[in-house]
Amino acid sequence: MVANNLLSPETRALIRAQMSRRGFIAGVGGVGAAGLLAACGTDSSPSETSAGVVDLSDKEKSVRWANWTLYLDYDEDAKNYPTLEALKKSSGLDISYKEDVDDNNTFYGKVVGQLKLGQDIGYDIVTLTDWMAARWIRLGYTQAIDEAAIPNKKNILPALANVSFDPGRKNSLTWQSGFAGLGWNKELLPKGVHTLDDLFAPANKGRIEVLSEMRDTMGIIMQYQGVDPSGQFTEDQFMNAIDFLQKQISDGFIRQVKGNSYSEDLISGDAAAVIGWSGDLFILAMENQDKFEFAIPESGGTLWSDNLMIPSTSAHKKNAETLMNYYYEPAVAAQVAAYVNYICPVEGAQAEMEKIDPDLAKSPYIFPDAATLAKVKVFAGLTPADETKYESAFQKAIGN
Amino acid sequence: MAFVAVAAKRSSLVRGLKRPSTPYLLLIPGLAWLLLFFIVPIFTLASTSTQTPASSNEIGAYVQTFRFANYIDAFSGAQEQFFRSILYALIATLLALGISYPLAYAIAFRSGKWKNLLLVLVIAPFFTSFLLRTIAWKQILGSEGPVVTVLRSLHILGPQAGLTASAFAVVTGMTYNFLPFMTLPLYASLERIDPRTLEAASDLYANGITTFRKVTFPLSLPGVVAGTLLTFIPAAGDYINSTLLGNPRTKMIGNVIESRFFQIVDYPTAAALSFMLMAAILILVTVYVRRAGTEELV
Repeated sequence: MVANNLLSPETRALIRAQMSRRGFIAGVGGVGAAGLLAACGTDSSPSETSAGVVDLSDKEKSVRWANWTLYLDYDEDAKNYPTLEALKKSSGLDISYKEDVDDNNTFYGKVVGQLKLGQDIGYDIVTLTDWMAARWIRLGYTQAIDEAAIPNKKNILPALANVSFDPGRKNSLTWQSGFAGLGWNKELLPKGVHTLDDLFAPANKGRIEVLSEMRDTMGIIMQYQGVDPSGQFTEDQFMNAIDFLQKQISDGFIRQVKGNSYSEDLISGDAAAVIGWSGDLFILAMENQDKFEFAIPESGGTLWSDNLMIPSTSAHKKNAETLMNYYYEPAVAAQVAAYVNYICPVEGAQAEMEKIDPDLAKSPYIFPDAATLAKVKVFAGLTPADETKYESAFQKAIGN
Repeated sequence: MAFVAVAAKRSSLVRGLKRPSTPYLLLIPGLAWLLLFFIVPIFTLASTSTQTPASSNEIGAYVQTFRFANYIDAFSGAQEQFFRSILYALIATLLALGISYPLAYAIAFRSGKWKNLLLVLVIAPFFTSFLLRTIAWKQILGSEGPVVTVLRSLHILGPQAGLTASAFAVVTGMTYNFLPFMTLPLYASLERIDPRTLEAASDLYANGITTFRKVTFPLSLPGVVAGTLLTFIPAAGDYINSTLLGNPRTKMIGNVIESRFFQIVDYPTAAALSFMLMAAILILVTVYVRRAGTEELV
């Protein structure tokens, strides 16, 4: 993990991408071919999906999983993932676990060409955030999961069992949820950062970082301006929040806008306070003598979930379902939660957590109580047209 | 005459080449490569650049409508980053030239037995990944790094000021990363200079400065042109340095294209911007090469 921390996940992904030239060329070819199809005027509708793929799970005992960094229990001494090792033994599956997702959009951009053409994207399970999961399901890029193969599906928290983008959870299962809120360096800012006014205080000028995940950064700013991002907000209200962000950037308050790699700048001291993710900050604090802290802003934070899904191009659906079922066992889920420190979606895991670490079982950031949940909002689902419009405005504000 | 004689002697060897089809056959692999990896993508790019969103408004769904106004929209939305890219690339090229010229000169004329070692050292950075080298600059210029510590203790920098996430860091990173592309062509052309021309200059009572101005520099011009082109062209399209060492106010055109392509899934604008960048570089380079007047080189 020490070596891991030297490089941000984004950087590591960049390096991996650069080093695997074969993969690179394949990717470009895919995009090029997709572009060609689009160029010929063929409507790239996603009707051809799972139909063309035969499940080879019985012949090929393997499953390939794309996940985010620091998102599965890791044993630094053994250099492996204990829960994954246990599953390998019990199921006989050859599991390839890759921390290949560091940004929903970038990951989508990399695989969409193959998805459109129905070519194997190289993963049997992907882990993507709600709004991106909504896009995959809408476009038919996922396979329906077989309930009979995942008896543990009944363990999903009631609040997560039915979501607007996937009624009845037919195509997805929550992996973890988390909060976006404020993180800060306790040595530099002993008074703490509890509001956006604290964050954008003159003393922090040039040492603030915010998330490149639009819904988290904008959701927090909108709540600061008294707008509910989970409701029917207007375009003007969203653009007001964009103006606020724009001003903080042009006045030099915001140093950088990035994904997971803000943690690197917190460690180096280049950033003093951030809009960041709960689990990241807890892991950072644990690894750095409790130097960092996380809080949900008084005006409100955001709640997001990442979802496990089986891509339409996967030929290992049954194996993927075996894996999903395994991680919905309360004892296993508790073991993962004890490491990742994000919200555990599995009913019964809290009781199991008592056996691992009673303090963590009480943590409102892993097993949130009603009072904590009242402080956060889930960003509203957007129509594709609005999504493009808002993402454009956000990208423009952050300099792109 | 001599050429004819030599050609006659070699005629048995090259008989095969004399068949009119042979040169074309030899061209096939290269042309196929160009066709597949340059011409086809260029056409795809051109066709993508004039598309507009499909009626479904679905993310990433575009149809061809030959809307050339895409170019105007794309440019007006990104002109700031466009000019910034050209400016940064220009500064980095000039800095690289200023650093490389003395270096290449020393290696070519003054290094003696160390010549090969020095050349290897110039190329050595290529043995590590471009990204890792750029990340290294984050550490070098970081707030705990040596540069900032020294500057702070000299009170040149305030206790809170830093060097990373700035235009300075971006240009420094670019200068460093493209330095070998400047040094090697410069060295190659300096090394080719016949020492007798320098002796002749001093025989004609030229002092060191005049010799450099009238003999060495003009003779090294092909190297200067090649080096500046090899630095400027990739630097203008670079976005890694800006991503890793910059801030939201130092974004370059490469960042905009990346964001349009991946974040917004707006392929037409990304394609239009790529085309404009290509055109801008092509025009700048043509004007430059014309003015420099070194056709023999390029």
